[in-house]
Amino acid sequence: MPTFFEKKQLVIPGDLLAEGEYFAGDNTYKEKNKIFAARIGLADCTNKKINIVALKAFYFPQMGDVIIGTVKQVGFSGWTVNIKSPYIAILRASDVLSRSFKPQNDELSQVLTAGDLIVAKVASFDRYHDPQLTVGEPGLGKITRGQIMNITPTKIPRVIGRKGSMITNIKNETGCQIILGKNGVILVTGKNPKDEELAMAAINKIEEESHTSGLTDRITQFLKEEKAKIEENNNE
Amino acid sequence: MSSLLTRVKLKQIEKAIEEEKRIDQRTLSDYRIFTIEQGVIQKAEGSAKIFLGKTEVLVGIKVEKGTPYPDTPNNGVMTVNAELVPLASSKFEPGPPGEQAIELARIVDRGIRESEAIDTEKLCIVPGKQVFIVFVDIYVLNHDGNLIDASAMAAVSALMNTKMPNYEIVDDEIVIKQGYSPLPLKDHPVTVTIGKINDKLIVDPGLEEEEVMDSRISIAFTDDGRICAMQKGGSGYFTTKQVSEAMKLAQSTAETQRKKLKW
Amino acid sequence: MNEKPKKLINKKGLRLDGRKPDELRPVKLKVGILPNADGSAYIEHGKNKILAGAFGPREMHPKHLQRADRMVLRCRYHMAPFSVPERKSPAPSRRENELSKVIRDALLPSLFVENYPRTGVDLYIEVLQADGGTRCASITAASLALADAGLPMRDLIVACAAGKVDNKIALDLMDTEDKIGAADVPVAYMPNLNAVTLLQMDGKLSPKEFDEAIKMAIEGCKKIYDIQKEALKTKYKIIEQEEVEE
Repeated sequence: MPTFFEKKQLVIPGDLLAEGEYFAGDNTYKEKNKIFAARIGLADCTNKKINIVALKAFYFPQMGDVIIGTVKQVGFSGWTVNIKSPYIAILRASDVLSRSFKPQNDELSQVLTAGDLIVAKVASFDRYHDPQLTVGEPGLGKITRGQIMNITPTKIPRVIGRKGSMITNIKNETGCQIILGKNGVILVTGKNPKDEELAMAAINKIEEESHTSGLTDRITQFLKEEKAKIEENNNE
Repeated sequence: MSSLLTRVKLKQIEKAIEEEKRIDQRTLSDYRIFTIEQGVIQKAEGSAKIFLGKTEVLVGIKVEKGTPYPDTPNNGVMTVNAELVPLASSKFEPGPPGEQAIELARIVDRGIRESEAIDTEKLCIVPGKQVFIVFVDIYVLNHDGNLIDASAMAAVSALMNTKMPNYEIVDDEIVIKQGYSPLPLKDHPVTVTIGKINDKLIVDPGLEEEEVMDSRISIAFTDDGRICAMQKGGSGYFTTKQVSEAMKLAQSTAETQRKKLKW
Repeated sequence: MNEKPKKLINKKGLRLDGRKPDELRPVKLKVGILPNADGSAYIEHGKNKILAGAFGPREMHPKHLQRADRMVLRCRYHMAPFSVPERKSPAPSRRENELSKVIRDALLPSLFVENYPRTGVDLYIEVLQADGGTRCASITAASLALADAGLPMRDLIVACAAGKVDNKIALDLMDTEDKIGAADVPVAYMPNLNAVTLLQMDGKLSPKEFDEAIKMAIEGCKKIYDIQKEALKTKYKIIEQEEVEE
């Protein structure tokens, strides 16, 4: 009952990963006792279960995920929201108004209109129904300022870092609030655009330069240097 | 307006332009860096591919025999067609060319035609009967803004790269001989597009800027700096003062572009 | 210009472009070259130059094309007007429409369409230069575009043709051989499941010759499969390094 890969080896769809008493985990499939890769990613095996951490994937909604979306259309009793997934999400008017919705009194486009950004949670989703969002919790709702950036959804955990170390570091150094949407959309809100740009540069750096070891330290260093530069400019 | 941009982004672009800056760090009059590669399609008589920023346009030229128009029996024919290939943008749909593609083709056509870039008299084989037809096919492969200038530059580059079969006339019949000659060209028009966002003029608008801008004007200049074609587009307007400002800006931009292109 | 050569295979047993009967044309593949597509690939197979771009999975439009139980794959094979010696009208021909369908049918077996109900994937294939065997080269590139889009797949699909020229079975016919040769058998193949996903034939072959041709085509597929896998890995290798060293 062998496996045919080394830990964290790069695999692509169709690669044979294991034969025999194994289970097909994330991004793999089983065909006649054989486990094959179904996505590009890094293979791993724990407790006879073969998993692939995908290097490229689209966002597939899950109940409870916090995501950032863009309002697409204003409907009769709610909004459709683009959440960068194969499915368009729905936000009900009654959820936002936190009372029953009265079409004769309520003008929905005054609450949210096309192009508005929202932080929301996936309240429900299944094969037959589009994901439904809720904004009825603290920290959720319309975004009025800050900057938006997109990264591959599978890279969100790396921006968070071990036990949240990376993201805490960026927050502390830049004084920015950062919301990481599970769908790969990130909101950075700071006191001024300079702080926001700095935080975004740090996140971009994580995406681009993370092949060097000791990345957390390097990001700290990067943030300190950039901050010093900004202060120098301010003093001039 | 398309819903590609979030309202937050839209405001950021407007704010930057207000401060005479642009979101990609250019000044209002900066043109993006471009590269042109000629002869990329061997099966075409001429071809050129341009990268303008991330905008990518491929132009292929086919030269075929055909009949002249009755009113110009001594002139060859040029036709320009543009395809907004759906793999270039999620906004492009498959199907016959729509308004946007047709306008693009006609702007490029006008620049080449009105500058008399192609010496069509030399494309006449048998007057009134047989001439060469030059097909200019514009293929947009990636849309990142300012398709007009990119297509126009690639089209002229492709024409400069075009070779024609050598031939002789025997008893009113054309006989193809060995070898090729270059397509006879008399001019090399340069087209420059100026966008307008909140009363500020910008050169070479990028894709996101195009979402915000209310109007644009494209102007083509001949080798000796004369204007040979012009097109205003978009739902907004230019005041007469802005028209002359845009003209000046386009003219100076065309001069620097021409130097970079070495035309 | 278009004089037909009498012999397609010379006395030394070599073809017009110097290949042996069972030899492939050079194949070059690049993954992820279109910034606006979710996944993309470019192939140069001999003189064929083809771009493939995948968009999705995304909400299926128009809605009546949605399927409640599966993802829909839409495919458009299209040739640039300057891709062939005689300019081709940009309007889709019957041939292009048929190829769009057989290419789609060739790719579908690799996808887990049942996992993404009500969604759609659009696959656009643009032939920039054609020199025989464009449907096969298109399938090879399109499959990479789908993988690059992050779609789960059973395997990459690879395609190659074999045919009959000068009374001899030969691999991977180029344009002239295809036009004056006696038969052409394009095959698309999923190596790890030993599954043939496209099979067409035109011309005349004896059952024995057909058998030889399909075997030869599959051998060709396997060779291109290695190039295909390498191209996909090349794009993601850099990311792999990042992950491992961290």
